[in-house]
Amino acid sequence: MSPRRNETGGQIDRLKTIRFTFDGVPYTGHPGDTLASALLASGVTLMGRSFKYHRPRGVLSAGVEEPNALVTILRGTAREPNIPATAIEIYDGLRVESQNRFPSLNWDVGAVNQLASKVIGAGFYYKTFMGPVVGPLKGTRFWMFCEHFIRRAAGLGHAGTVADDARYERMNAFCDVLVVGSGPAGLMAAKTAADSGARVILAELDPRFGGSANWSGETIDGARAADWASEIVNGLKGRNNVRLLSRTSVWGYYDGNTLAALERVSDHKETAARGEPRHRHWTIRAGSVVLATGALERPLVFPGNDRPGVMLASAAQRYTNQFGVLPGEKITLFTNNDTAYQAAASLKKAGANVATIVDVRTDISDQARALAASAGAELIAGHAVSATDGGKTLSGIRIQRLDRVSGTLTGEQRGIQTDCLLMSGGWSPVLHLASQAGAKPEWDEKLQAFLPPQPTQNWSGAGAFTGHLATADAIVEGHAAGLAAAGGKPRVVEQPAIEPTFVNPEPAPVFEIKADGKSFVDFQHDVTADDVRLAHREGFISVEHLKRYTTLGMATDQGKSSNVPGLAIMAEALGKPIPEVGTTRFRPPYTAVSIGSLAAERFGDLKPERLTPMHDWHLARGATMYSAGLWFRPMIYGHAGETVEQAYVREAKAVRETAGIVDVSTLGKIAVQGPDAAELLDRVYTNIFSSLPVGKARYGLMLREDGVAFDDGTTWRLGQDDFLMTTTTANAGKVMQHLEYFLDVIWPELRVTVTSVTDEWAGAAIGGPKAREILAACVKGTAVDNAALPFMGIVHGEIAGVPVMICRLSFSGEMAFEVYCGAGYGTHVWEALIEAGKPFDLVPYGLEALGTLRIEKGHVTGAEIDGRTTARDLHLDWMLSKKKPFIGSAMMDREGLIGADRLQLVGIVALDNRPLNGGAHIVEELDEENPHGSIGHITACCYAPALGKYIALALVQGGKSRHGTRAHMSDPLRKRFGPVEIVSHHFFDPEGSRMHG
Amino acid sequence: MLLTCPYCGPRDVSEFTYQGDGNRQRPAPNSQDLQAWNEYVYDRQNPAGDHNEIWQHSGGCRSHIRVIRNTVSHVTSSTVPVRGAVHHRSTERRKPGAKA
Repeated sequence: MSPRRNETGGQIDRLKTIRFTFDGVPYTGHPGDTLASALLASGVTLMGRSFKYHRPRGVLSAGVEEPNALVTILRGTAREPNIPATAIEIYDGLRVESQNRFPSLNWDVGAVNQLASKVIGAGFYYKTFMGPVVGPLKGTRFWMFCEHFIRRAAGLGHAGTVADDARYERMNAFCDVLVVGSGPAGLMAAKTAADSGARVILAELDPRFGGSANWSGETIDGARAADWASEIVNGLKGRNNVRLLSRTSVWGYYDGNTLAALERVSDHKETAARGEPRHRHWTIRAGSVVLATGALERPLVFPGNDRPGVMLASAAQRYTNQFGVLPGEKITLFTNNDTAYQAAASLKKAGANVATIVDVRTDISDQARALAASAGAELIAGHAVSATDGGKTLSGIRIQRLDRVSGTLTGEQRGIQTDCLLMSGGWSPVLHLASQAGAKPEWDEKLQAFLPPQPTQNWSGAGAFTGHLATADAIVEGHAAGLAAAGGKPRVVEQPAIEPTFVNPEPAPVFEIKADGKSFVDFQHDVTADDVRLAHREGFISVEHLKRYTTLGMATDQGKSSNVPGLAIMAEALGKPIPEVGTTRFRPPYTAVSIGSLAAERFGDLKPERLTPMHDWHLARGATMYSAGLWFRPMIYGHAGETVEQAYVREAKAVRETAGIVDVSTLGKIAVQGPDAAELLDRVYTNIFSSLPVGKARYGLMLREDGVAFDDGTTWRLGQDDFLMTTTTANAGKVMQHLEYFLDVIWPELRVTVTSVTDEWAGAAIGGPKAREILAACVKGTAVDNAALPFMGIVHGEIAGVPVMICRLSFSGEMAFEVYCGAGYGTHVWEALIEAGKPFDLVPYGLEALGTLRIEKGHVTGAEIDGRTTARDLHLDWMLSKKKPFIGSAMMDREGLIGADRLQLVGIVALDNRPLNGGAHIVEELDEENPHGSIGHITACCYAPALGKYIALALVQGGKSRHGTRAHMSDPLRKRFGPVEIVSHHFFDPEGSRMHG
Repeated sequence: MLLTCPYCGPRDVSEFTYQGDGNRQRPAPNSQDLQAWNEYVYDRQNPAGDHNEIWQHSGGCRSHIRVIRNTVSHVTSSTVPVRGAVHHRSTERRKPGAKA
């Protein structure tokens, strides 16, 4: 048995031994141990180095609030930093490393920072590196030089760089009552609610249910508290209306009683069981919530309060009673309240040597005196600890008389030898979840703590969470809360008999002992009482500013132990009472959450992939695919040895010379049907559709309500009340939602239904001088000549036995047809078209060639309809009907939308015969050193085989008025500058003679 | 946050799309009153308290619903179909005397 481990007592299994390593040194422990308890049992008190000053640190606490003993867990190739040793269950083969030390925990060169501590107080980095440059040692450049060294020297553990191969899960759960915390209050609440028939979830942070019952050393109605708890838990197990979640931190409280929790499923195991995740994220929707999250003991602030060997009194009680580990050989206590006396008596009972109790108060209660006597401890009242001695471990303390009125220390310093100092600065209820739920905590003068406010959501509190620290109160309140949460009628319950009788927990309002030396408020971020006062002197007096300037409460422990002492010191500096200083609102999470659990199974392919019916054909023909939103579309069908440019130029040329075919299945397609369908289209499009004959299509433009261009496309009248609207690929969803909104909200009287049919139709656009001949060769059941199928006409026929719908319209500027068939026959019809096209040199083409053809024609797409341009900017004013109002018609002529200096669509030709860049600016005067004076930008560019030039579309101030003038392209990011000519955007066949044929 | 779709029941907010302030009054389509259009398109109250909002159950039945939501507590006190009666259109089409 190790030196500090008791022979009996606690909830550990001494018959089994677990082997683990800490910084490579082997240690042993027992099932039930945390890393902290096992190390303490082995006599290890030095467990970490502090954030800034690299001071040696031991454990402060025994729970998740631990600010000091942060370690890195090594698991396989992964490393997980900044885990409190107090929250790690040991298992065989556990490997743990200490942090923020070099070369070793025991001998850390970073500790020289302590010598410079006068200089590196709060705000050191801001003052040194921000602000005006004075000489070489200030400003951003100096920061960039120093940053590497600072980042190495300051901070916490380092994350691994290897991918995390652990598996994570997400679960949704619903319950009538969620009980958070399983101390006596939580257990009682869960039991009572479950007995009433409610569906109950009981969540406990620790591996073991019972909370303080596991270590209080009390008896409840004659039974050991731990046994009392076990009995209740056993009674809840296996009930089908109860779910028990241990190792589960409820870390977030959101709207509608939705709570987030993290279950650490297999962290405590050497290897996870088959199929078992590492962590499980729970989203719990609870009818009502019982918060039984307990209270955390606060440290006192005095010089040297961070030395290994100094810890919270309740932590010592827990190490002794739950883990059978005595925290020291000769123990002293320093307190401002009576609960420490109870801890002292409890420690004594477990065999500890409690030598001295130092109390800041002079009026010690009889109960406390009796407890001190039973602990066999010398009671020194009216005194305070003013210093601690020792190096990396505590060897003694020095005490002085404390004048409570002035807060000053008087008289001789007296030294006391001790290797363990326990402190108790009062208790703070764990309000985090209640605060997250939206309520403001209220300051309680008696308990010197913030208490839970009136609930803003459906929760109730029980036990220490409410500020009632006695176990008897917890059980009664838990019963009442459980009953109420389950919807039961209140009934009187008998007070349980608790031994020993609980003390009065109200502390004296003493938070800090002012004396020379570093007195830590926030242990984890090395924020001292002097830092808080410095922040005050420099004007950071709001509690929010204090937090950010000093970083008080901003470390991984989120100020669980430092919040109230920090506020108290600030309040004193301000000369205001604490409630006037206020507190910051707690934010999720309560404890650290693994990113893996939030992502769970949802990583990698997060977005669905939309593939056209002809996708496999494209791949088989060597297409390079391109993702356009969720869709995958062929970019080019490259031949061996071709560059992208060579490929698209070849494809585009083929369309102009023979024929090309492109997959247009991705276009948004909406069936607009009903007696008022034409009326709806008249209202949403700028041009008129009611006059469109059946069997014809028309190009339409939509505006937004504010008059800016929204989307364009063709709409086909298939029947009197039956239209097929096409939208751009990117806007299909938005247009659908736009129509649905107007039909539901603005014009419910219109008898129209809109149905998304994008996925029902496969589409192929076939264009070029030979396109009609190809169609004629394969289409049955209809003629495709000019008479049967004029420009914008629609016919129905058959290709290879499959019904098709053909509309003669052109995006490429050539004689072109869009052929639609049922999506299931997409490839069948496509292959038939390809086969029919063979004698005519039909070439499949991709998005690049499609873009080239449309740029040559000056057709606009989403690059130009960019949410800022108007119809006039794009020279589409011919589409704005004057005969009827439409969406956007009232707003489109506002002053700012019709100004002469607006960016308008133009064509650009490179005069240096080099490629232009999309997004590059157009400038009147070229200044490569100091680019300025942008008059517009390029929206789309290509090499135009029809012109033998590099061309682009651009939005340029003044638009048409600049046709024929020269300017420059300026692209300082890509270092491309060059002369250009501004021309009409109709580069090729402006009369449209080719498509009208 | 849960929203209760009048057609589908309570659903997670991630199934819905916010479709704007429900207080907006669209001027008559041929109105030339720019002030009224301006108020309709741009002016919003941003109250701390109950707010009349239009949401679409875009990940569900796609209908639009009018939600009275408290912007401070996120409590929704009312969710009704914007179109009014649930079977609005089907009842309209029914011929007199025809069976339901």
